[in-house]
Order: sequence, then C-alpha cells, then structure tokens
Amino acid sequence: MKGRFVRLAEQGRPTVNLTVDGAPVEALQGDTLMVALLTQGGSLRQSEFDSGRRAGFCLMGACQDCWVWTRGGERLRACSNEVRDGLDIVTTQPEATWPLHS
Amino acid sequence: MATAQLNTHRVVIVGAGPAGVRCAETLLAAGIKPILVDENRRDGGQIYRRQPDGFTRDYSTLYGSEADKAKHLHQTFDRLRGAIDYRPDTLVWNLTPGQLCCANQGRHATLDYDALILCTGATDRLMPIEGWQLAGTYSLGGAQIALKNQAVSIGHRVVFMGSGPLLYLVASQYVKAGATVAAVLDTSPFSLRLKALPKLLARPGLLWTGMKFLAQLYQAKVPVHLGVKPLEVLGDAANGVAGVRFTTGSGKAVTVQADAVALGYHLRPETQLGDLAGCAMAFDQASSQWWLATDEAGRTSVNGVYAAGDGAKIRGADAAEHAGRRVALALLEDLKQPFNAGLRDEEQKALGVMDQFRLGLAEAFPWPAEQAKALPDSAIVCRCEMITAGELRRTVNEKGACEVNRAKAFSRVGMGRCQGRYCSQAGAEVIAAEAGVQVQEVGRQRGQAPVKPLSMLIEEVSP
Repeated sequence: MKGRFVRLAEQGRPTVNLTVDGAPVEALQGDTLMVALLTQGGSLRQSEFDSGRRAGFCLMGACQDCWVWTRGGERLRACSNEVRDGLDIVTTQPEATWPLHS
Repeated sequence: MATAQLNTHRVVIVGAGPAGVRCAETLLAAGIKPILVDENRRDGGQIYRRQPDGFTRDYSTLYGSEADKAKHLHQTFDRLRGAIDYRPDTLVWNLTPGQLCCANQGRHATLDYDALILCTGATDRLMPIEGWQLAGTYSLGGAQIALKNQAVSIGHRVVFMGSGPLLYLVASQYVKAGATVAAVLDTSPFSLRLKALPKLLARPGLLWTGMKFLAQLYQAKVPVHLGVKPLEVLGDAANGVAGVRFTTGSGKAVTVQADAVALGYHLRPETQLGDLAGCAMAFDQASSQWWLATDEAGRTSVNGVYAAGDGAKIRGADAAEHAGRRVALALLEDLKQPFNAGLRDEEQKALGVMDQFRLGLAEAFPWPAEQAKALPDSAIVCRCEMITAGELRRTVNEKGACEVNRAKAFSRVGMGRCQGRYCSQAGAEVIAAEAGVQVQEVGRQRGQAPVKPLSMLIEEVSP
C-alpha cells in the first residue's frame, strides 16, 4: 500500500525530513507522526500479540494503538507528536512480543 | 469567605474543552483564578480542537455549522489565557484527596487542590465487530480528528458505520472535504427516529442541521443504509481493511469495498479521575452506561469534587458550555460567594432542554447491545491484546466470572493499554448476555491509576 491516509488540503506547508526504520521520509510541518507515516505507508507498527499490522485507532491519545519509538528507545504516541527535522523513528518495539495468536 | 481567603482557595479544572473553558471564565469573573490543566497542547477539547500552526483553513471550513461556537470559545480562551494558571500538555494520571499527580513532558509533579472540577470529556463508544482490529479501522471521532486537525482522510474509500449524530456529521464533513465515502451504515432503523421525534424537537435547529447532513450525503450519492446489522470488517492482518460486510434492514447481505472504516456508537464519558476520587457512579438507563452520579449542577458525591461536560453526562458540546458555567456557579455558592442567580436559572433551563434532546438521541440511535450477544466467538473484543469474545465467554462459563472486574482478571479484557476505554462496555454486554442478566448487574470496570500509560523515565520534580 502506497499510503493509507489521503491529504485533502493544507499541502503548501514547508517540508520536514525524518528517518523511519532507517529510510528517509519527507513530511510537512505540523504533521503528526501518524500522518507522516500513514500518508506513505499502510501501518505504524507490528502488533505484539498477533501477526497483524496496526495503524492507530482513536487519534486522541486514548487507545495507545499508535506507539512508535525513537532510535534511543523513547516511546511516542504517533497521533499526538508532531514531526521535526532529524527525528529517527523505529516502528518495531524494542521490548518483548507475546505472539499469542500468530 | 473574604477575598484573601478566596485567593488561597485552590481550584483546579481538568480539561480545556467547552466545559472547562466556560467554567474557568465564570470563576475568573467572580474573582477566582483557577488552575486549568489540560492533556492537549492547545485548548478546545476534541470537538473544538485547533489545527496546528501554519494551517490555513478558516473556521467555516473546519467547523461547518459550529464555526461561530468554535470561534467564540477560542476567543474566550485567548482572553483568559494570561489571567488564569493554564497548564497544557499535562496529564493528570492519578489523584488522592486534595492532590493531583501530573505528568508534563517527562516530568512528574503533584498539584494540590481545594476544589476539583472534572471536565474530562468523552471518547468514542465502541461495539466490536469481527475484524475491527485490522489496520484501517478507526473510531468515528478519530476519523473526524484526522480531517479537522490534519486535513487528511483515513483512507481512499471510507465506510462510516455505527450509529448516532456523529456518524452523519463526520461522513458529510468527509464528502465536503473531497474524500470518497463508500457508504454510511447506521444500525438504527428509521422508525426509531420517528418515535424519538417529540424529544428531538426540543432542539429544532439541531434536528434541522442533522437532516441537512443526511441531505448532503444523498445529494453526493453516498449509499446510506439504516437498520443494518454489521457482520465483519474484511481484510487481512498484513494489509488491513479491504471492505465491510453487513445485512441491510431487509435482511440482504451486502459487501462494500473500502480501505478504511470509521466505527462508533456515540460517546462514553471519561470517568476515571472521578472514580479514583471515590465519586459515586450511576447507571443511566437511557444510554445504558455508567457515569458519575452528580446533582443537576455538577456536584459529585465527594465534597469539593465537581464534574461538567461530556465527562459527567453525554449531552454534547453546547450542553458542555452551559454545564461549565453552571458548575462554576455551584462552586461559588458552596464557597458562600455572591453569584448570579439569574444566570444559574438560565443555565439550568438550557440544560433541561438539552437533557430532553439527549434522551431523544438515545432513543433514535440506541446502543446496539444485542450485537454483543451475536458476536462470534472468534471476534476480538480487546483490540489491545487480541482477546476474543469466546475467551471472555469462557471466563463466565468455566470460572463463573459474572462480574466485570473479575472477568477482567481472568481474561485480561479491559487490562490492556487502552485500559478498557474501547472494550469494557462491550465486554460487559458479552458477559451479561452469557450470564443471562441485565448489563448493569455485571458492574462496571473500576478506574485504575495511572489512567494512561506513563514512561518509566519520568523525572520527579517538586511542585
């Protein structure tokens, strides 16, 4: 999938460059991490309980489905953190997985 | 109480949405400088959420029929901001009597209060469906935030499914913004709307607005089905949503292709902090859910703890503004301060009208409890940890866990990272159906601290 989210307006903003899983990603200033990742891909992370991919759910900081991590291991909610230049994001969680249903 | 004493009386409002802002405004006008704590970076709550700096859409594009209200609330807040103690980006994750535990940008501090006003808002109310864990399924409110806050659609072809006024509002906003809406699927049949009409006529203007949304959808040739039974979100674990399967009101099975689903059945209140404060809860028969027990002004059962807005009682944004003012007047009255009794009566009257309307909405767009009973054993109830309806039913049948918190301990439904926000109400329905009792008899999931996950790296600072 090229991108899950579709931009409908506000596309004239300056660009911001970040890295996602080692690859360069260009986003727009004011994008949440979620929008930056999902306008270019189909999901945000791997579920740790099954083989499914996850792409967030509530967008208001309540469901915690959109976690991504910085290279340093800090956990970020993709729906409520904005992109900034040089951010280095990884989408596989550094902790253990519990593949109950894979 | 003398002015000097009044100034040392620490009033904390949690939440800077319509209720919190109107509450702060009313208190400030009476000489009390409140502390307004909000988890979001900017004011407005979810409903009047502001777009980020650098975005240029105007109020009318962003908020449609509610543009004037949004603008007015934002302007009020901008005036208040310098005069109150505003603390954005701050999560209240626990409380003890007289003290809140707050997390702000990786730092933790306590905040003392003499009076606490909870304006914590609501989240979407969800009923699971087979396949709702697939990437591309979003809550209805989430779909709206994507558009409002980020100017994106959640997919290339979006199905809106569920029930309630938000279903039509968000679908029509998507159409207006140029998104492709594959279908609007409402579980509530038209007959219930007619039956609820006398109560809905309490607010004819709002009823008319709702009808206009529907007209816009028909005009855009969006298929709208009423009285549907949702069967399944189609797709696979790797690629996510591929469509939706449902039966129409007349019983015909239909498949709609889509790469995104916005799902929701109106709202549920965020009651965790009130629950942790020891406030009594009450079961609301009309909407079939638990919320904080308050008097008509917003006083909870705990002295000094108040609640207003959708976090107390789901009545919508307009009611939240009235309730925010009303609760501030109640606090002034309790502090034996002069207050405007005329305004109190006015707010009370407005809230009465909105109560009538919300009862109408509950009749017109009921919570689909029967879906929980029909949910296949293989369907996921807990999205966080992938726990199925079958596993939950086994805790009822094999372990005799007919109470929500006990069933949670055995099954982990409600123990995941969303802490039951999106599964506990449906889970309670599954348990009740399996045990053959009314849903209020299986109890409600207790609030637990931290009310949202915290980082272990958080640093403690003195207040």
